[in-house]
Amino acid sequence: MYAFDFEKPTSLNEAVTALQTEEAMPLGGGQTLIPSLKQRLAAPSKLVSLRGVDEIRGICRDDAGRICIGGGTTHAEVAAGVPEYPALAALAANIGDPAVRNRGTIGGSLANNDPSACYPAAALASGATIVTNTREIAADDYFEGMFMTALEEGEIITEVRFPVPEKAHYEKFEQPASRFALVGVFVAKFADGVRVAVTGASEEGVFRWSEAEAALASDFTPEAVQGLSVPAEGMIGDLHGSPEYRAHLVGVMTRRAVAAAG
Amino acid sequence: MPKDHGIGAASKRREDVRFLTGTGNYTDDINLPRQLYVHFLRSDVAHGEIRHIDTGAAEAMPGVKRVFTGKDFEGVGGLPCGWQVTDRHGQPMQEPAHPVIAQGKVRYVGEILAAVVADSRERARDAAEAIEFDIAELPAVVDMKAALAPDAPKVHDDLDGNLCYDWGFVEENRETVDAAIREAAHVTTLELVNNRLVANPMEPRVAVGDYSRADDQSTLYTTSQNPHVIRLLMGAFVLGIPEHKLRVVAPDVGGGFGSKIFHYAEEAFCTFAARQLGRPVKWTSTRSEAFMSDAHGRDHVTKIELALDADNNFTALRTETHANMGAYLSTFAPSVPTWLHGTLMAGNYKTPNIYVNVKAVFTNTVPVDAYRGAGRPEATFQLERVIDKAARELGVDPIALRRQNFVTEFPYATPVAVEYDTGDYNATMDKLEEIADIKGFAARRKESEARGKLRGLGVNAYIEACGIAPSNLVGQLGARAGLYDAATVRVNATGSISVMVGAHSHGQGHETAFPQVISEMLGIGEDQVEIVHGDTSKIPFGMGTYGSRSLAVCGSAMVRATEKVVAKAKKIAAHLLEAAEADIELRDGKFTVAGTDKEVAWGDVTLAAYVPHNYPLEDVEPGLEETAFYDPANFTYPAGAYACEVEVDPETGKVTIERFAAADDFGNVINPMIVDGQVHGGLAQGIGQALLENCAYDENGQLVSASYMDYAMPRADDVPFYTVDHSCQTPCTHNPLGVKGCGEAGAIGSPPTIVNAVIDALHSGGHKVDHIDMPLTPSRVWAAMQG
Ligand SMILES: Cc1cc2nc3c(=O)[nH]c(=O)nc-3n(C[C@H](O)[C@H](O)[C@H](O)COP(=O)(O)OP(=O)(O)OC[C@H]3O[C@@H](n4cnc5c(N)ncnc54)[C@H](O)[C@@H]3O)c2cc1C
Repeated sequence: MYAFDFEKPTSLNEAVTALQTEEAMPLGGGQTLIPSLKQRLAAPSKLVSLRGVDEIRGICRDDAGRICIGGGTTHAEVAAGVPEYPALAALAANIGDPAVRNRGTIGGSLANNDPSACYPAAALASGATIVTNTREIAADDYFEGMFMTALEEGEIITEVRFPVPEKAHYEKFEQPASRFALVGVFVAKFADGVRVAVTGASEEGVFRWSEAEAALASDFTPEAVQGLSVPAEGMIGDLHGSPEYRAHLVGVMTRRAVAAAG
Repeated sequence: MPKDHGIGAASKRREDVRFLTGTGNYTDDINLPRQLYVHFLRSDVAHGEIRHIDTGAAEAMPGVKRVFTGKDFEGVGGLPCGWQVTDRHGQPMQEPAHPVIAQGKVRYVGEILAAVVADSRERARDAAEAIEFDIAELPAVVDMKAALAPDAPKVHDDLDGNLCYDWGFVEENRETVDAAIREAAHVTTLELVNNRLVANPMEPRVAVGDYSRADDQSTLYTTSQNPHVIRLLMGAFVLGIPEHKLRVVAPDVGGGFGSKIFHYAEEAFCTFAARQLGRPVKWTSTRSEAFMSDAHGRDHVTKIELALDADNNFTALRTETHANMGAYLSTFAPSVPTWLHGTLMAGNYKTPNIYVNVKAVFTNTVPVDAYRGAGRPEATFQLERVIDKAARELGVDPIALRRQNFVTEFPYATPVAVEYDTGDYNATMDKLEEIADIKGFAARRKESEARGKLRGLGVNAYIEACGIAPSNLVGQLGARAGLYDAATVRVNATGSISVMVGAHSHGQGHETAFPQVISEMLGIGEDQVEIVHGDTSKIPFGMGTYGSRSLAVCGSAMVRATEKVVAKAKKIAAHLLEAAEADIELRDGKFTVAGTDKEVAWGDVTLAAYVPHNYPLEDVEPGLEETAFYDPANFTYPAGAYACEVEVDPETGKVTIERFAAADDFGNVINPMIVDGQVHGGLAQGIGQALLENCAYDENGQLVSASYMDYAMPRADDVPFYTVDHSCQTPCTHNPLGVKGCGEAGAIGSPPTIVNAVIDALHSGGHKVDHIDMPLTPSRVWAAMQG
């Protein structure tokens, strides 16, 4: 690691102020950031730990019935804390290993927007709202490609609000080494339509598969998406799978997600 | 009733108490006063000419003691290669210089370009970033066949191309084999890759060099499987330090799997720098460094042809293998694709004509050397895959085809220079069919198919050569060292025993198993015996642990030394009991006089040896301590049969292992629980190779799988509950314990089992796939199914 300053504020205001310093970065669970610091791939002037900011941690419900998860809430807390949204709980319960789940946070995951991460699929498929210290961002406007988001420098994710679908499921096909998603598909059926979000597959990061959404809106069965496919072009090709393979898996995982959502 | 101590007892591993409670003493736990830290600046290009290095700015950084480059090592020896292979034409292999720090050129990503020694790790690393250098990148050679093209870039400018050697075995048989293949009723051909692996022991490598000006002593603490080998190689060939001025200590070592046999540049560097600077110098590898600096394993590309007569008898076998050496010759690299591979090509079968050709090739990649099984997994894989393919082509049962061709009479001299002393391959196959419930497979397949899964069964046999090895034989084969081992049995006055052994335990459980042997021989408690290993200043000159040799070779030395102890103790007992020496018997920790009730306890005899008041001083020296060196007459030949059932998800190509059974013949078994554990671990590594692990380079020589994000290690849920059996025992005929070795079997026998099973599953689904190269990842299996 390169040398950096460290602050551990106890309120959101203090955190925001601490982040005014040039090249300062928030530190969530550190499950992504600390390995990149160790590799000397990041050189922040200051790390501002959000771990002591209680106001952005925890799970509650708002008047619209949405689940509101504080940006500093760990994966383990989400896994145990959203019984009315089993697909989301299961997703959180299957991220990494216990150590990762006890440290890693939903805010950190969404801020990082790894193209193979799980939470982006949940947020996009649920039509979640990402709340920061300055504004509310609809998931549809938030994800801007691999590791790119609508967040400004120093902006903190304070909360993520999830509408609860009637039916939902996240089907993840694991990359054998990292066990991140080689392809992960989150389907969510609401009264007014179906949303399908795909992670792990595209060079543009998480995306909505609108063709599948349309087909499922009228017929929420695996058969409805049987003949559909995404083009291989634009899919990630690496050691673990070709663009063709990933495109194929998008279809398979979508059908399985719909079948499992019931 | 199972025994509760001695040979055959499942004694609990005593060393696990410290390993599991965090009280082990690993090399990284060693911190010496005034210690400095080294950070190695490693090449990030695969091939390039070093035009210029300027260390001035780095040396001016805070805490930096000195920055070393290749220049500082110009007068120092290079890393030696311990084995010389002679090629088909009687010429020695091409052997490039192997500098501790790169000189003139860098030849692989990860090669040491400079070394910064500073008072903290982070400061050393900071300073490394301030080193200015200019490397003119050259085109890299990564693919072995491309490396042999006439116009390929040369890894070593002073060598004649990139071919290390072209080895023929047995060269005189070449034409006979060619003729037998021409005349055969059927020939099955298969081309396959034995994938490159990274050993990834849980503990990364560490080295601490120390120098004492007071007595001109150098000490190296290192993560090694064989401290005496390191002392020999580093002292004699690299640094020119005589044995009595150099001590090498390998304390607790967290797994080796072969990768910690070799003498590495970092060890020589820390020892050298400690002497230059007069302060201890420590290096702790990061996992990222381990990926690009620990010797890699396997990496063979092979074409194999199996000829059969009209009755399906194997008549000839011919192989051509390209074996990747990487950029330099690691310590035992040349022996792996030759003597540890060619000599095993007969497998369990009486194929009369065999010819093995191996072309060892230099490429701009990390050096490749022995990894669990070393050469034998590569031999077993190709042989057992081609037999399976032959059975499919001929429409015969793969088990029956194997049985028909098994060697059944022993000793058996193979056409590839080794003689199997003993074995019973039908017995292990019978046992396997029973424990794997082969009969029940058809029903299980139906059940899988009902769930939309393809189920396959893979079965194969394997043999390996362990207990490495007879020195006179390996000497003829090109080894530049002997391969005996040694043990000193030091009986203390009260009868407890310290045994100093040349073998090194880094997961094998020697501290438990070796005392079981002595307990059996003397009739004293296992807890009365302590094993001392890993420090050249304490142990006799033994060659360490690899090739499943510890018990067969070092254990035999310990038996011989214990026999000497017993012979002397009987003389003392005879004196104490006033009886004839010939009448003295040792049983249950007591010496008795045959046919009388006279007895004297073990502890009274040992006490007499050290307090020789009433003692036959005219005949016998005081004290009770004996050393023996043991050099075996032959290798040992563990063998067995493995079965695996897999399910393949036809939509995704994902393979899951549903059942795995192993029937091994390890000869006599000292501790069945430790043997089970060794087989489990070996199978996990075989499963890793077959399904998950893939050390991949891109065409520029960049390591693509350079971390656990891309290099898939087997995890607990990747492996099934194994059914293992070692009740078929044909004891080794030429060592006193009748043991054969069990450390590598799992990793040798299992990769073909798994691939055979997957191919079988695909055929059951109508996919006429002959072969898929390992690892059989979901994407590869899916692609194969697409045709
Ligand atoms: C072994 C392992 C396995 C994993 N497996 C998976 C997996 O299967 N699926 C998966 O989705 N993920 C996986 N992860 C990633 C894990 O979920 C991380 O925890 C997550 O991506 C980052 O969250 P964090 O809280 O640790 O963030 P940090 O690492 O602390 O930070 C990541 C980035 O987000 C920023 N940041 C952190 N919190 C906030 C905030 N509240 N507001 C704004 N910016 C913020 C930081 O400045 C940094 O840029 C794995 C990680 C590991 C180590």
